[in-house]
Amino acid sequence: MQTQTSPKRPSAQARLVRRILANPPAALGALVILLMLIAALFAPFLAPYAYDQQNLDYIEKPPSAAHWFGTDGLGRDMFSRIIWGARSAVFVIVMVTLVNLTLGVTLGALAGYLENWVDTIIMRLADILFAFPGLLFVFFIAATIKPSVMNWAKASGLGDLANSGYLDYAVVILALGAIGWAGLARLIRAQVLTIKQREFVLAARALGVPTWRVITRHILPNAVTPIIVALSMGLGDIALSEGYLSFLGIGLQPPAPSWGNIIAENAGRYWRRFPEMIWLVFIPGLVLAAIVFAFNFFGDGLNEALNPEIVD
Amino acid sequence: MATFILRRLLWLPVLLFFVSLITFALGVYGPGDPVQVLLGLRATPETIERLRREYGFDQPFHIQYLNYVTNALQGNFGYSLVKYRDQPVGALIAQALPVTIQLNLVAIFLGVGIGVPLGLIAGLKRDSWLDLLIRGIVVAGISLPIIFLNPVLTFIFSRRHDFVLAALNLKFSIGPLLPMVQGYWDGIFSAKVILPAFIESLGIIAIMTRQMRAGMIEVLSADYIRTARAKGLRERVVIVRHAMRNALIPIATILGLMMGGLVAGSFLVENWFGIPGVGQLAFDALMARDYYITMAMVLLIATAYVLSNLIVDVMYGLLDPRIRKS
Repeated sequence: MQTQTSPKRPSAQARLVRRILANPPAALGALVILLMLIAALFAPFLAPYAYDQQNLDYIEKPPSAAHWFGTDGLGRDMFSRIIWGARSAVFVIVMVTLVNLTLGVTLGALAGYLENWVDTIIMRLADILFAFPGLLFVFFIAATIKPSVMNWAKASGLGDLANSGYLDYAVVILALGAIGWAGLARLIRAQVLTIKQREFVLAARALGVPTWRVITRHILPNAVTPIIVALSMGLGDIALSEGYLSFLGIGLQPPAPSWGNIIAENAGRYWRRFPEMIWLVFIPGLVLAAIVFAFNFFGDGLNEALNPEIVD
Repeated sequence: MATFILRRLLWLPVLLFFVSLITFALGVYGPGDPVQVLLGLRATPETIERLRREYGFDQPFHIQYLNYVTNALQGNFGYSLVKYRDQPVGALIAQALPVTIQLNLVAIFLGVGIGVPLGLIAGLKRDSWLDLLIRGIVVAGISLPIIFLNPVLTFIFSRRHDFVLAALNLKFSIGPLLPMVQGYWDGIFSAKVILPAFIESLGIIAIMTRQMRAGMIEVLSADYIRTARAKGLRERVVIVRHAMRNALIPIATILGLMMGGLVAGSFLVENWFGIPGVGQLAFDALMARDYYITMAMVLLIATAYVLSNLIVDVMYGLLDPRIRKS
């Protein structure tokens, strides 16, 4: 029941977009993210070559008109590999975020709402995850589950799947998803604990609304803002972790295109010959950095736009 | 306060129990047989069986776990099964740990030495171009992937660069500015430590700068700063004695939290520079399925994190009486 409804009042979303665009670093971040999404969605049309297409007559060539980012030691077009790498990165980021969101929201909301032994178990589990430096734990899980997943696939007659490289994505997503939920669960639990005390929740409970409905219909919608901010802050880290995993050989395997394994392949082979071939490390490195940069700036901007009152 | 510390200390064994159970289960039921790795593909089933019995791998899980815990409590964390065959894990860690701790201390030193002044300037000159520049550099520092910085910075600093200016008929070369570590450790007073420590310190610089900037901005608007200025103190005294001192308190807490990370080691950096630290040891063990080393590392890191969190909470209580009361 607004008293001042002028017909042309911009919607909340429109105001949010305007606030982000008014913040230059955040707008730049949004632009870079948009470019990455376009590259990921339209990779087959944008990339001039297939990501694994080799031209052995044309290896280790510097950037040129035919190959904008040059070619690597197997004669593959770097520009195409970078574009296809965006698809890998976006896929991993989206899937890991979905896993984190599902696990974090479910476990956090349950813990905060029930406040009994379920709460204790979930939060102690989160404590255990917090007792480790995140990246190390991701490596540990990925390195441990990878052979099991591969053996399982081969034993179940899915040998083709195991060789196709798709399972590598599953391993990366599982490993990153297994630890990422803890922070979100803590946040949501804290939110639920405060919102739970508010009158409208007490009223709903007094009316006999079932627990899951109180959580999904009354509590979670009121916790959306911090969830969005927390998720957006983590996106860059996911991209970086995927890169590190692939760099160490427990993430996406070549010839699958991943910025991390492109750096890994070329840094090890060529760094002694720098500045010759340096673009083979420089370009994927800068692309990865630009994405992380963009997510950091965009996350900050989103935070400020959603909470205008707490800008430092 | 005493009950609080006691409760947290009692939580440590519980945590270690669960963590060790999970890691041990992953080691025993996980893929790959260390005995098979040790003996190679041509080993006869009899030899494999004999070695399995020798190592106790033929026992049921709970007996293996109990044996491990009993030994661990007596300071025996098992032996390396693969790379450092039959060397005690305790000795391997005792060798690698000082290297990592030293490297991390240098990184923290650099991080504080660079980050705190940067944050101080950014906070004092809030919203000026200098502030923007510092914040930009800091975000860039944490956004650049380590896997990119390793080869590129090594190239820039550890190599000789020849420049030819044909127009001036001039030829000159620069560098190498910093030597590269090659698989051994020369201690913290060797120039070889600078590059890896600097790369490790980038994250610390970012945290310190952000915290110091936010702290200065908050403190400078406090009443006691207005009082100090009102009574006519020189600006330098106001900033150094009154503002900076209070803005530094959270820095101390963050430093406390970092103590847990001291033992973790960054394998990305250690691996690239060939530093024989804990990160390298842990990563090799993980990859080779040398699981007694993995187990010990996991337990060590978990203990260090829990203890450093505890120290920070206690420190908070000592620094701020309001927290102690509650």
